[in-house]
Amino acid sequence: MSTNQPDPAATIQSKTATREPQPRPAKAPDGKRVDHARSAKQFLNAPEHAKSHDTRVWAMRTKRDKQAHTIEEWEELRELASQIKTHTLTNLGSYLEEFEANAKANGIHVHWARDGAEHNRIIHEIFTDHGVKSVIKAKSMLMEECGFRHYMDGVGIEIIETDLGERIQQLDGEDPSHIVVPPVHKMRSDVARLFAEKLGSDPENDDAHYLAGAQRDATRPLILDADAGMTGANFAVAETGGFVVCTNEGNADLSANVPNLHVASIGIEKLVPRVEDMGVFIRLLSRSALGSPITQYTSHFRGPKQGGEMHIVLVDNGRSKRLGMDKFWSSLKCIRCGACMNTCPVYRRSGGLSYGATYAGPLGLILNPSFDAHRYSNLPFASTLNGSCTNVCPVKINIHEQIFGWRQVLAEEGHLPWTKKTALSAAGKVLASPKGYRAAIKTTNSALKHLPRWALYNRMNAWGEGREMPTPPEHGTFHDWYKRNRLSGQTKATTGSDSR
Amino acid sequence: MSARDDILGAIRAGKPAMNAPAPAVPSYDDGYPQDREHLTALFAERLTTMGGIWQAPTDGQNLDDALQEALADKLGKPFEDAVIASNVSEVAGNRGINENDDPTTLHDVDIAVLRATFGVAETGSVAFTEKELTVNAVAYLAQHLVVLLDPAEIVTNMHRAYQRDDFAGARYTVFHTGPSATADIEGVLVRGAQGVRSLTVIAATANA
Repeated sequence: MSTNQPDPAATIQSKTATREPQPRPAKAPDGKRVDHARSAKQFLNAPEHAKSHDTRVWAMRTKRDKQAHTIEEWEELRELASQIKTHTLTNLGSYLEEFEANAKANGIHVHWARDGAEHNRIIHEIFTDHGVKSVIKAKSMLMEECGFRHYMDGVGIEIIETDLGERIQQLDGEDPSHIVVPPVHKMRSDVARLFAEKLGSDPENDDAHYLAGAQRDATRPLILDADAGMTGANFAVAETGGFVVCTNEGNADLSANVPNLHVASIGIEKLVPRVEDMGVFIRLLSRSALGSPITQYTSHFRGPKQGGEMHIVLVDNGRSKRLGMDKFWSSLKCIRCGACMNTCPVYRRSGGLSYGATYAGPLGLILNPSFDAHRYSNLPFASTLNGSCTNVCPVKINIHEQIFGWRQVLAEEGHLPWTKKTALSAAGKVLASPKGYRAAIKTTNSALKHLPRWALYNRMNAWGEGREMPTPPEHGTFHDWYKRNRLSGQTKATTGSDSR
Repeated sequence: MSARDDILGAIRAGKPAMNAPAPAVPSYDDGYPQDREHLTALFAERLTTMGGIWQAPTDGQNLDDALQEALADKLGKPFEDAVIASNVSEVAGNRGINENDDPTTLHDVDIAVLRATFGVAETGSVAFTEKELTVNAVAYLAQHLVVLLDPAEIVTNMHRAYQRDDFAGARYTVFHTGPSATADIEGVLVRGAQGVRSLTVIAATANA
């Protein structure tokens, strides 16, 4: 096909292509605490990948701003979206019952799963009943949460990801690093190497058009041969009993419309009451995510197609528990756009895999600890608390306040590592006393001046990792300056090197 | 207890105790053109930014010629050899689609010609239900999609789109906005990811 022809200017020999190997941050073993800082450092050890990641993720944020600024009512839409979600979540029981009744009336089979294991079992049963051996699947963060592909591997049912990015990650045996762009941490040279090995494409050709074409050609026969199709859902509408899936590739529509059997996994928080509400969310979703006015495909499924069969699995997996958490229930409003990730300085520089969890970035900091407080106890500290995530969130979740809230909860529940606990407890005492604080600043400034490097940059001082300590001011502390220049009656301010 | 009862019970026991009424959603379309001509022009502009092609047939040109003009250089083979599956009376095509066709048999279609039930100016989207598609998969397995759209069926924005009753009646309703696309490899935009490689919209009044 003409679109699959390589572009010689873009191949791997070009000056712009990198040969730097892809960084692979270590993943914490089962039962161990994720060490975000250490994995982030491993990612940053590949400077070209780190720079490419930062640039691309920030480009999405920039495009998001441009879209938002073209819409006069943008802030009103965010407020409406937030209010619709609050209304739905405070009446979630009745809306789920309404959704279920309407879906059943449309001929859809509805199942309920308390957790990931139950979700996987239910779908396994459906597949066994239908003799399903191979499945084409659209991207679903919920299925990632449930470890669905891993489970199906174990029972010998082949799952084929149809989203290009998710397929890249599946072929590479790696988790997605971004909820919207799963391989955003990879450079095209990485994809060229991977596809050469797995799909037999030309290893020296890393033109994105060529690579996307290679995957299209390799996947098409698998799509035509599949016994079942799977999708997630971006929204479920109580009023119609239908659900909405948004993709750019049209791969959800292939997965749902080519095989006769369609199974959709839907988190119970995806509900909205009315069709009319969709206008608000569709206008916000892709503009917030990628900075495009809408995804190329917005698909509304309300019943099985002619001659087909449709199943929905409604999944809780910790959501009802979070609904009962005073400080954290509003995180259930999340529509998985990824805007908070794209704007976060920590995410942009550390890469999604360093979070070692289904959800990376700011939303990961507030979702993952509710799944496993110990394993993810470090994550809420991977934030500057600058609040940018909250400012771009299309459903107005107070993300940075919840990050701070999780720090408190994790400390109270005894999940913090020893060094952090000790350092924070000492800091707490010092900061509580003005006199102690002044003494500490003086001591620190003096220490910074006189201590040798090894005493400052070591494992005990997290602030010395990856950054230089500030140069202490020449003329003492602010307090010293204030005493000299203000308390002694002088009015002329000297703003030299001691002003900070 | 069933999973259903457990989940609903946990939700009712834990949900935030506040009264939060559903807000009214305005239509936000006061700023849109009132006349058909300008609304169509806006639709065409937005469609183009999403990678779609707007084809306004010139005076006296029939739809078959417009189709050839739009796609001849995109097929990678002579236009005469193209498999054209048409669902519209205005274009004959050379391959039929029947409601009971196995979707996988449509894999050889080069060009599918469909009529959209309506369009949305805000995003340049066209909407189909299973009625216009006959076999849903044809809109994704075909290499290229050509869509007839009656300018009288273009609504202003997404709020107006969702006020239509199509969603309550159809089993499948879909917005297509430009062709299948991905930017998953180093942010480079590629059109024709898994679905159609191009989407052309032709203005054509519906025969009532």
